[in-house]
Order: sequence, then C-alpha cells, then structure tokens
Amino acid sequence: MSGLEGNLKSKIMDGDGMRRALTRIAHEIVEKNKGTEEVVLIGIRRRGVPLAERIREQIEAFEADALPLGILDITLYRDDLSMIAVQPVVHESNVPFSVEGKVVILVDDVLFTGRTARAALDATMDLGRPKKIQLAVLVDRGHRELPIRADYVGKNVPTSSREIISVCVQEIDGADEVLLLEMETDK
Amino acid sequence: MWQHKDLLGLERLTSAEIEHILRTAKPMKEILMRPVKKLPTLRGKAVFNLFYEASTRTRTSFETAAKVLGADTASIAVAQSSVSKGETLLDTARTLEAMRPDLVVVRHQASGAAEFLANHLKAGVINAGDGQHEHPTQALLDLFTMWEKLGDLAGKKVVIVGDVLHSRVARSNVWGLTKLGVEVVLIGPPTLLPDEMRVLGVECRHDLDRALPGADVVMALRLQLERQQAGLFPSLREYSRAYGLTSERLKRTGKPTLVMHPGPMNRGVEISSELANSPRAVIEEQVTNGVAVRMALIYLLTGGTAHVVD
Repeated sequence: MSGLEGNLKSKIMDGDGMRRALTRIAHEIVEKNKGTEEVVLIGIRRRGVPLAERIREQIEAFEADALPLGILDITLYRDDLSMIAVQPVVHESNVPFSVEGKVVILVDDVLFTGRTARAALDATMDLGRPKKIQLAVLVDRGHRELPIRADYVGKNVPTSSREIISVCVQEIDGADEVLLLEMETDK
Repeated sequence: MWQHKDLLGLERLTSAEIEHILRTAKPMKEILMRPVKKLPTLRGKAVFNLFYEASTRTRTSFETAAKVLGADTASIAVAQSSVSKGETLLDTARTLEAMRPDLVVVRHQASGAAEFLANHLKAGVINAGDGQHEHPTQALLDLFTMWEKLGDLAGKKVVIVGDVLHSRVARSNVWGLTKLGVEVVLIGPPTLLPDEMRVLGVECRHDLDRALPGADVVMALRLQLERQQAGLFPSLREYSRAYGLTSERLKRTGKPTLVMHPGPMNRGVEISSELANSPRAVIEEQVTNGVAVRMALIYLLTGGTAHVVD
C-alpha cells in the first residue's frame, strides 16, 4: 500500500511497535499450531515478503527449526484485471517447496477489502492442497468486501474510506513505520 | 509500461517496451513449470488464431499460452475455412469480430496483413508472421532465451546465418537485438543476403568462418528447400559446407556460444545433427520460452478500459 499519496495524519507504529507486533504474531503462530512442524510461510508481494522474513527469524530464534519461506505474486489472480487499462506488472512467485499437507501462513502488510487475500488463497491452492491456510497481517483496517478474516493481526486500526494505511519497511522504504494518511481532496 | 492495442512488429517498439515483455515472460515461465498450469487471469476472454499459412508449432504455442492464462481459444486454419471459398481478409475479419474476440493472432503470407487487420478490428492483433516482414513473437522468444542465458545483452555479439532475404524471423531479430544494444552480423550467400539488406543497419557478410570469433550466439535460419529450385544455391551439400553449423566450426568462436534455431530444423543442412543434440543448442528451450513470451503478450494486450488503481 505504500507509495500512495496523501497527507500524514498520524504515525500508528514505529519500528519498535512493529517489532513487538511481529514477535507476538510469531509466538501466536507457534502456539496455535502447537509447534512449527508443518508450518510454512508465504509472503505476499511486496511488503508481505519482508514481514514474513521477520516472522521467520523470530520463530527460528525460539523454536530452532528452519522454516520454509515462499514468495507469492498475486497479480495474475486479481479480480479487476478486465477493468483496468494498463495491465499491472507481473513479478515472479517463488515457492520452492510443496504446500501439500502443510499449514500455510500467508503474510501481508494490510488487510482491507479482502480481495488480495482472496487472490492469495486461490494462488496458494493452485500450488497444491495445503492442510490449512492461515492469514497474518500487520494491520487490519476494516472495510471488508468479502467474508475473510485474519488469524493473526498486529494491530486493528479503524479507518474511514478516505484514509490510507501506509506500511513502510526498512528493506523497501528505508524505515520501519506504519502511517495513517488522508487522501488529498479531488484536484 | 505497455500501452499498445496490437503487437505488429519489433521495429516500432522501444527498448523499454521490449524489456517489459521479457520481464513479464519470466514469471510466466515459472507458471509453465508448475504441476497445475492453469490461471484464472483471462477467464472469459477469447483469443482467435487466424492462420493463412500452415503452422503447427506457432499455433499450438499461442493456443497453449492462451489456455494457461484461462482464456478460450478458437483456431481458424485456411484450408478448412471460407477463405478457400473466396472470402476476402477483411470480410473474414469482420465475421470474426462479430464473434467478439478480445485478441486475434494472425499469420498471413502477405507483408502488412496484420497491420491491415489491426486497423479494422477493435480487438487486439498479434502478428504471428506476415510475409517477409516480421515475426515478432519468434524474435521475442529468441531475445528472452538469450537474456535468460547471458544476462544483459548490450555489447553481446549475435551471428544470424542462412536465408536472411526471405526470413521474417531474421528481420524481427535484427530490430529487437539492435534496440537492446547487441552487435548483429548477418551471414549468407549473396543470393540469400543481397547487398540491399544493409538497409537494416547491421553488418552483412558472406563468410561464416570469419564472422564466428567472439560470437555469444549463433542462430541458424531454416533453409527453405524450394529455394534451391529457384536457383539461389547450387546444392544442399555445398550450402551445408559453407554455411552449415557444426561443433567443429563453432570452436572458432572461442567461447561457450549458444546455438539457436527457430525450427523446424533441416538436420545435416543448416545445422549438424550432432550439434543440434549438444548441450550448447537451446532449441527445445526456445520452444518452452515461446509459450512464456506469448503468455506475457496475451496478458499485456488484454487489459480493460479503466485506470489502474494501485
């Protein structure tokens, strides 16, 4: 969601806040699945990927097992392709392991309408038949348009439809923070 | 980013547009390697293949590409259609348009046929070969294959050898390669590589052995056997001795040179059987890459009408 234009309203999380939220999610994943034996992580491009990497680091630090991590690009599964004029850029997916019988944790930065999560569910299912799929997001901002909810949430942020949540990560944006922006009034 | 309704040739594309196609083909190839090769991306879109010239590989490649992306396909081959009953290209096109395709893939023996269709159809048009003009998807799959194997192509040397005069594959490759900064050398006997070919702006020579040193890629063109009857070369054996690719000859490049061929091959004529089977030859991979590149193009050419949201 980052890269969107808008006026800054407030900072919702700083680097420490993000780290704590991801640490908690890492613990919840292990607790809910009673270990990590069947767990695999899949980050949704773009910002779900660094977040998934951090969750993996955390889990590996206290559970020792190495956790497989894949990258999913959901562009080809979007439901609005026949509406938009210029096709969005497709990037490579890289899931170098079988999801068959695994507990797949999808990781994304923001849960909003639920359409990205829907696309990611379909994309994951085309890779095989996982035992379960769970969803982890750093921010849940509401406004769902599909019957989808997250299993792990860093922070619930009630928003208006004119507001934008911008998750920034060191690897892509040069800083760790979550910002609440207000869309500029129509030009 | 991609803004065109049609793909008619590489002559009119910018290097950025060509690179965008190649970058889009990479994730498409990853999908082709999956056990389940089916996407919902183009569900409800229709792609028509209109082939006025016999073709199995190109048509099958387009059909596969469209189907993997979830589109529906219909193929119209000239021999079984109303074309043989005297219908004009325009009337055929209008009839097809009435069936509401989103994309029409056309191969025709006349140069410019694809552009003619593009000007009359609301649907996007992909040129799958028009006369001696261009065969852009073949050149794009060749570029993709080189790019995957060699990385950045700027400064690389590519030798294209054979019947350049009649080859739309060679023309499209020259446009694409030169735009990406590749040094291209065309090789063939004077009858099949006349001096006028220099208008393409690349080096044209008649001695293969002298052009090979330093070549990163050598591409053999298919020799159409009917050219012999036209008197353009004396015998297959003599052609092969001067222009046929062999492992022995390839040592002159002094590099692990890639060997390419657009197919179908005449083994023992433009390329030795032994070289075609060697690990240097990437001919089968070219076929796989052809599907990936065509998937990328079909995807890029079937956008909607509104503006991008994200």
